[in-house]
Amino acid sequence: MSSELNSEVTMDGNQGAAAAPAAVSSVELRGVTKRFGDFTAVDDLDLTLGQGEFFTLLGPSGCGKTTTLRMIAGFERPTSGEIAIDGEDVAALPPHKRPTNTVFQSYALFPHLSVEKNVGFGLKRKGVGKDEIAERVAAELQRVGLAREANRRPSQLSGGMQQRVALARALVNLPKVLLLDEPLGALDLKLRKGLQVELKRIQREVGITFVYVTHDQEEALTMSDRIAVMNRGHVEQVSVPEEVYDRPTTTFVAGFIGVSNLMPATVSAAGKVRLDGGPEVGADTADLANGERCAAVVRPEKLTVSMNGAGPEAGRPRVEGVVESSLYLGTATQIVVNLGGDVRMTVLVPNADEAERQRLPGGGAKVSLSWAPEHMHVVRESPNGNG
Amino acid sequence: MSATAPTAAPGQETSPGRGSLSAETGPARAWRWLREHAVNIVAILVVIYLLVPIVVIFVFSFNNPAGRYNFTWVGFTLQHWSHPFSNSELTEAMLTSIKLALLATVVSTIIGTMMAIALVRHKFVGRRIANFLIVIPMATPEVVMGASLLSFFLILGTPALGFETLLIAHVMFCISFVVVVVRSRLIGFDRSLEEAAKDLGAGPFTTFRLITFPLILPGIFGAAMLAFALSIDDFVISNFNSGTTVTFPLYIFGAAQRGIPVEVYVVAMILFFATVLAMGFATWQQRRAERMTSIRPEQESDIVLPGIA
Repeated sequence: MSSELNSEVTMDGNQGAAAAPAAVSSVELRGVTKRFGDFTAVDDLDLTLGQGEFFTLLGPSGCGKTTTLRMIAGFERPTSGEIAIDGEDVAALPPHKRPTNTVFQSYALFPHLSVEKNVGFGLKRKGVGKDEIAERVAAELQRVGLAREANRRPSQLSGGMQQRVALARALVNLPKVLLLDEPLGALDLKLRKGLQVELKRIQREVGITFVYVTHDQEEALTMSDRIAVMNRGHVEQVSVPEEVYDRPTTTFVAGFIGVSNLMPATVSAAGKVRLDGGPEVGADTADLANGERCAAVVRPEKLTVSMNGAGPEAGRPRVEGVVESSLYLGTATQIVVNLGGDVRMTVLVPNADEAERQRLPGGGAKVSLSWAPEHMHVVRESPNGNG
Repeated sequence: MSATAPTAAPGQETSPGRGSLSAETGPARAWRWLREHAVNIVAILVVIYLLVPIVVIFVFSFNNPAGRYNFTWVGFTLQHWSHPFSNSELTEAMLTSIKLALLATVVSTIIGTMMAIALVRHKFVGRRIANFLIVIPMATPEVVMGASLLSFFLILGTPALGFETLLIAHVMFCISFVVVVVRSRLIGFDRSLEEAAKDLGAGPFTTFRLITFPLILPGIFGAAMLAFALSIDDFVISNFNSGTTVTFPLYIFGAAQRGIPVEVYVVAMILFFATVLAMGFATWQQRRAERMTSIRPEQESDIVLPGIA
């Protein structure tokens, strides 16, 4: 009760006091499950988001990321589980009573209202005074660079501008949590890149917790403080971008982030895995049991390809295969090597030297791939399938 | 064929085609012109077919007939246009019709809009059947509906047929059309707009008042226009249920036996022009509404990457 009173008071700008302890959780999901008929969209989800964090839900379409976002916003009710915002259970609250605001994928700007009225909509509902609304709306439009468009209709703006209006309309209310549902999905690549940087800047500036939904792994890696990779209603891994990229924990995460270079293997002993049809290699198997199925990941840029016969550097693990294709990509050459049994490895060879590039093996050549032991990383078979 | 044609042309200077492409024969040129403009010509013929009866009425509203029958052109006069409401029976019937149509429009638009919202937005037992049943009155022959309404009123023991029974009948057949028009508008409605309003703190009623209603208003308006048009010219159903009340169509039907006064033509034309104006306004409203709602980002940006969906 007292915390509720407190937050009422701090609405007027005394927010520094409330946000002081950084460890305070902003959004907490405990055992959240959502079923639509027979289909389980989100299954027993646990997530804890920090105050002021840029948190991304990443995954392919149908993985439950948007459903999760919509449950936080209040558009969907969890079948079971709890959702708390700033420690307060919001499960029973309808969307209009939650301290969240959403930027929709389609922007959902009100077509019959001017940009100014769109942005001021939320403040007016809260009963903020006319002058204050005008002031805050103007400041927010200034922030997103649309001060001159205040009196125009949304239909008169470009896609990028509409996206900014949608952002301003949500941010002007100073929500405790801002929810963004693939907000850049409809924009072209160049505009998207620019807005990524801007979104990140605005998020730092306002210090509001962002929950960002995307299927674009690059976008997630660029912008997030932490990423939750989702697959079929489950979270496969929650970590900082570097971790997710360099040390994926499951085959799904490894496959979804970057190029899927997975070699099926079995844990043969503590600290050792045997690649299927290949050598036994030392690896960190701390989380895995003896005899457990797993996969070894080596990033394309860490692999060395050599023609059969020419031995690789001594002591390095190696596997044999046949070149399937070789593609010239400008700065690099991409070689796909089939290790047999549907296992394909992609190798990226930088095009540093033209003569060297000419010597690279072509299609059908028998080659061996080798890598430094420290560049191989073992991941668990994803319990939810590989999407 | 095409390879030999150019070489053969100079040698056949005397042939009817005369070889040269620029100098076609008269019939050939006419045929080509006809082919190119066939669509326009057919369209013009159709428009003429549709408009001729109205033009005839318009012209004959300036006629100065000798006897009771206004079927042959006698002479031009502005007399009837300067006193269109001199025939009190006609004026009264007209006023009854307008009053009836306005009331039927208001009532059927309100009920029909609410029904459309219920049918599109809410799940309830019997929704499917209701969605189907709503078009039945549109498909039922008017004669059948008029007759069955009459027996319905008589079975119920209605004290007297008249304006009230007419109103009930008109509201009944208008509702279906209102529901169908408003429903189509609601089906195309972007629900995320309502979610956005709720997300920004608007409760269900405020969301309806500020977002849903203004955006479906053009649809409601169009439905109301349709209801009015249906009601004001209804004859068949009215004929069964009017009792002693005389509406404009009923008056004309009655008058036709004794010769239609020219004022009828005048009043009909006034009604026609009012309708055209109202339709123009409705179309303009509709256009405006479409412009407003066509702001989906994927339509707006012409540089969307193909792979994104």
